[in-house]
Amino acid sequence: MSKGFWDVINTLDRRIIFLILLVCVTLPLLLNVGGEIRPTPPVRRAHAAVASLEAGDVMLVSIDFDATSAPELMPMLRSVLRQAFEKDVRVIMLGHIAIGLPLGHMALEEVAAEYGKEYGVDYVDLGYRPGYIAVMIGMGREIRDFFDSDYQGLQVEDLPVMDGVHSYADIDLLFGFEHGAVIDYWVRYAQARFDQRMAFGTTAVMAPDAYPYLQSNQIEGLVGGLKGAAEYETLIGRPGLGTRGMPAQQWAHLLVIGFILLGNIGYFVTRRNRG
Amino acid sequence: MKRSIPLAITFLTGVFLVISFFVPHEPLGALEQRLLIWFSIVSGFTMLLGVDNLLRTHIRKIGRRNSGWWHSGFLLLGFAATVVLGVLGRIHHGSPFHMQSPFMFVYTYSIVPLQGTMFALLAFFIASASYRAFRARNTVATLLLVSAVIVMLGRIPIGAAISEFFPAAQEWIMDVPQLAAKRGIQIGAALGAVSMSLRIILGIERSYLS
Amino acid sequence: MGSPVVTIIGTWLAGFLTLAILSFLYKDNPFYKLAEHLYVGVSAGYWLIYVAFFDVEPMLIDTFMTETGVEKWIILVPGLLGLIMLSRWFPRTAWLSRWPIAFTVGIGAGLGITANLQGYVIPQVEATLIPMTGWNLVTLSNIVLVVGVVSTLLYFYFSKPHKGVLGGAARVGVVFIMISFGASFGYTLMARISLLIGRLYFLLHDLLHVLD
Repeated sequence: MSKGFWDVINTLDRRIIFLILLVCVTLPLLLNVGGEIRPTPPVRRAHAAVASLEAGDVMLVSIDFDATSAPELMPMLRSVLRQAFEKDVRVIMLGHIAIGLPLGHMALEEVAAEYGKEYGVDYVDLGYRPGYIAVMIGMGREIRDFFDSDYQGLQVEDLPVMDGVHSYADIDLLFGFEHGAVIDYWVRYAQARFDQRMAFGTTAVMAPDAYPYLQSNQIEGLVGGLKGAAEYETLIGRPGLGTRGMPAQQWAHLLVIGFILLGNIGYFVTRRNRG
Repeated sequence: MKRSIPLAITFLTGVFLVISFFVPHEPLGALEQRLLIWFSIVSGFTMLLGVDNLLRTHIRKIGRRNSGWWHSGFLLLGFAATVVLGVLGRIHHGSPFHMQSPFMFVYTYSIVPLQGTMFALLAFFIASASYRAFRARNTVATLLLVSAVIVMLGRIPIGAAISEFFPAAQEWIMDVPQLAAKRGIQIGAALGAVSMSLRIILGIERSYLS
Repeated sequence: MGSPVVTIIGTWLAGFLTLAILSFLYKDNPFYKLAEHLYVGVSAGYWLIYVAFFDVEPMLIDTFMTETGVEKWIILVPGLLGLIMLSRWFPRTAWLSRWPIAFTVGIGAGLGITANLQGYVIPQVEATLIPMTGWNLVTLSNIVLVVGVVSTLLYFYFSKPHKGVLGGAARVGVVFIMISFGASFGYTLMARISLLIGRLYFLLHDLLHVLD
């Protein structure tokens, strides 16, 4: 290869890189050629945590993400809700990222309709209250001190799904969907003080930071990123957008690995030629 | 008085919350709950400060006809439309967050695509940065690069198809060395946070009062 | 979300805004700027509505209207503190905003001391004290884990120069930190690609109907 070739490679217009990435992600979406999705232990543990619930048990779902993380977290949210409603678990939703809560509500209504669940009887959306840590600790004493009405102003006292649910002592599992530091608050403020059982779905960015909680058994399971969502869909036997996105994810990874290798080869060749 | 009363408030509330952790019984437990409710209410108002600053900046830009002032016009138009539709949603549907409310139309068809696409741009930039900047210049950079490649291959089906080494190595990296480093970093950060909290309560750290 | 017409209009609006943002990849342009400013404005409006209907209405107004006696009037205290927070808008009275800020900061600091110790430091140290159960891969991994945690902590100890034993331990810590950063890069890449997949799926499926 001539010196000129590697100079071209090293100074490639980034818009060409953008275009190659765009093609590399679009084609697998169009062709939908999937591969085997193997569930990993952290996801299996999360699935087992929900599987341990029985009919009538209460699962608190916390929506702590927004549209910036929806492609990763919405598929796993739907899968967890499907598993919970399949077992006739009562679902109570709330959120600490106000701008993402409607996304959670949409998923809740969509999945509840699949299972013929009734709002107020089988599930409820309590909405949002500001001040994360205050709400998390205050719920350990009395949930109604913060949420005496749901997201649309209905009194919680009038909703059968909330019968006997006053604090973490009445919640059998908390499943949080996290894109930022709220997972740390849940663990440090609610799990540590009240010994609340917890499992989390996180973005791939946050997943590495959550591994210490998993190893210390402060959390029962961890579903990380789109791959985690695809694994959870595999475990419940309902492929969805997580599984659908994996071929594109795969080819994008291979492309970036190729970019890294090509960039490094170019770097070393150019350095050697100059030296 | 302008600083001593706030410092006293910080000290009293901070010390009380530590004491109530160890003595959760009445009446301290009830008082702690009341303070937490008040914290929640007051926190909401802090968001208004950011909104106000934003509006003032862009109104000023329009008033002075600074370059690109008409973009600020769109910003204010978007703000006003959202607020009006939110109030209308409350009046007609009982809540702006009712799924049939026009406020939710704004959410679903503007906030969601705008937020999502803004962050989707990062995929392109990270790919470009990987190509242009990710260099094995020395041993530690090579270590970072090798770890990244193993994790990336281990998380995709084709990695397992190439060799079972990749998913196994990926899981080991996440469960052992990666976890160890994160734990060390976060223990340090947690101890730092405790130290900072103490400094704030004791009035040594006062930057929040400026 | 209402009638099919509304859905179609909304989907095309979302498609336009998505493409306007993506156009930045070619170069900065008026469509991108328009979409960017619209995003900021609409988000700010959204926050205002949230504060009004998830904070002020349920926790202040509804409480004041429904409670009686002391509970009714005492809720005015945080309401007043919240309003005092807004005194920051006026330079002459901005100093008053320190009171509610001090209140929130004090509570946060008080809660943070116990939470960080009980919720992180103690359980994480406990989880690092792992027994050795025979000579096998698990024990080897556990030894690596303990060495990693200790050496990483020592790397961030800057009160003494990194020489001798401390220096050696810090260099071992750097190895673990670099492996961790590499893993984080791999996961971060996954996350960013996933976001792109999400938007492309919307364009191909919801807007153009070329995906099943």
